Amino acid sequence: MRAITRPLASLGAATLNMLAALGRISIYAFSTFRHIFRRPFYLRELGTAILNVGWLSLPVVGLTAVFTGGALALQIYAGGARFNAEAVVPQIVAIGMVRELGPVLVGLMIAARVTSSIAAEIATMRVTEQIDALVTLSTHPMQYLTVPRVLAGVICIPILVGVGDVIGILGSYLVATGTLEFNSTTYLANTFDFLELRDVFSSLAKGAVFGAIATLMGCYYGMNSARGAQGVGAATKGSVEAAAILILAANFMLTGVFFSL
Amino acid sequence: MITLANVKKSFGNNHVLQGVNLEIARGTSMVIIGGSGTGKSVALKSVLGLVTPDSGTITVDGQDAAMAERDAFLARFGMLFQGGALFDSLPVWQNVAFRLMRGALKRPREEAREIAIEKLRRVGLKPDVADRLPAELSGGMQKRVGLARAIAAEPEIIFFDEPTTGLDPIMSGVINDLIREIVVEMGATAMTITHDMTSVRAIADNVAMLHDGVIQWSGPVADMDHAGEPYLEQFIHGRADGPIEAVR
Repeated sequence: MRAITRPLASLGAATLNMLAALGRISIYAFSTFRHIFRRPFYLRELGTAILNVGWLSLPVVGLTAVFTGGALALQIYAGGARFNAEAVVPQIVAIGMVRELGPVLVGLMIAARVTSSIAAEIATMRVTEQIDALVTLSTHPMQYLTVPRVLAGVICIPILVGVGDVIGILGSYLVATGTLEFNSTTYLANTFDFLELRDVFSSLAKGAVFGAIATLMGCYYGMNSARGAQGVGAATKGSVEAAAILILAANFMLTGVFFSL
Repeated sequence: MITLANVKKSFGNNHVLQGVNLEIARGTSMVIIGGSGTGKSVALKSVLGLVTPDSGTITVDGQDAAMAERDAFLARFGMLFQGGALFDSLPVWQNVAFRLMRGALKRPREEAREIAIEKLRRVGLKPDVADRLPAELSGGMQKRVGLARAIAAEPEIIFFDEPTTGLDPIMSGVINDLIREIVVEMGATAMTITHDMTSVRAIADNVAMLHDGVIQWSGPVADMDHAGEPYLEQFIHGRADGPIEAVR
């Protein structure tokens, strides 16, 4: 009998733990939202966060997008050739990059680069008592650390997604016109004629949501880090896992909202 | 006056504070001694609200710490953390002037920098340290910067968490002297936790011994050596035998 109940108990415990974690994250997100509108506003910290989250992420986003766009062009061309539909490369790349790959790849790259860095930094601050020091200096850690980073994520990631979309399409354009013998003008015309405003809007909206998720996860796991190097490592790993999973889940839901209705 | 009345705090099954009663008179220097893991830091952090006690009351000049308006309450305190707790991303002078650059005590940037340099000089550091990052400083210098930060806004009450831990004996002596001088000079109320008996004799007006979650003895530092209290005797003489188990 125990052989049957033990796995069920483990499953139940894991489910309860997951729900409890989701609850804690939701409370943290709500609290962050409330603190956005509270004084004082730390504009210098917001500027630093924008630099770290947005500007310094540009190279990794650009490189990811250009290679993905190029690979996508090759794949669609090869796949399309099976039923004489090679000409659809610009349209499919445009829709694929803007609706899905652009936001998702940027979101995942940000989870890898920014979420991990935020979690490690704040977790180190936690274990070295810097967070306690902030409190004793009458500075609310959520307002000083979390709010600027989350705002930077919400502001910068849609811009990065936009840049990623353009660079991805540029990558496919270079491959298509350079090696697949597409006409340059026709390729660009087909790309932009096919895209709708809704595609672009959904891409940027996904970017804003993914930016909020990525930065919130970094801050949440950092703030709740356990002690020692192991605690910092676990917080960093947990933040990236949670951010990546939540970004993919949010992408599924947002795609449903934007394109199934 | 700071008063802790029957303060209790547990972490799971670990009952760290089991009814701490302690009074620290205004303008005096109280040092809490006790072994590692006996709850000294928890007691200190409970006063600041960094740890919430399970029960009991903490008052500062008759005001319940739990009910006080946080910013105004914390503005009365300065704290030197065990590891310094300096903000890695900020240069030394911005660490020292942190409270003076934001919130209710905000000053113009230049004025805040001048005050920071003055406080650095007060703890024996040259102005050229001001623009360095904390990671570029030695442990003793970091402690001094932490001390400068603690006194930057001229608080009424200063807490020192293990101020000499990790320092060589000479640097420990320097820090102890600085703490004593600054506390006397500012007329501040001081609460220090340490297990360094040299610090105790250099800093304390009064001493309290915390063990098994309660204050085992408290009194003037001059009475400490003749108190005849077995826990205190064993601790100050560093004996392995006695009521305190060597392996905890």
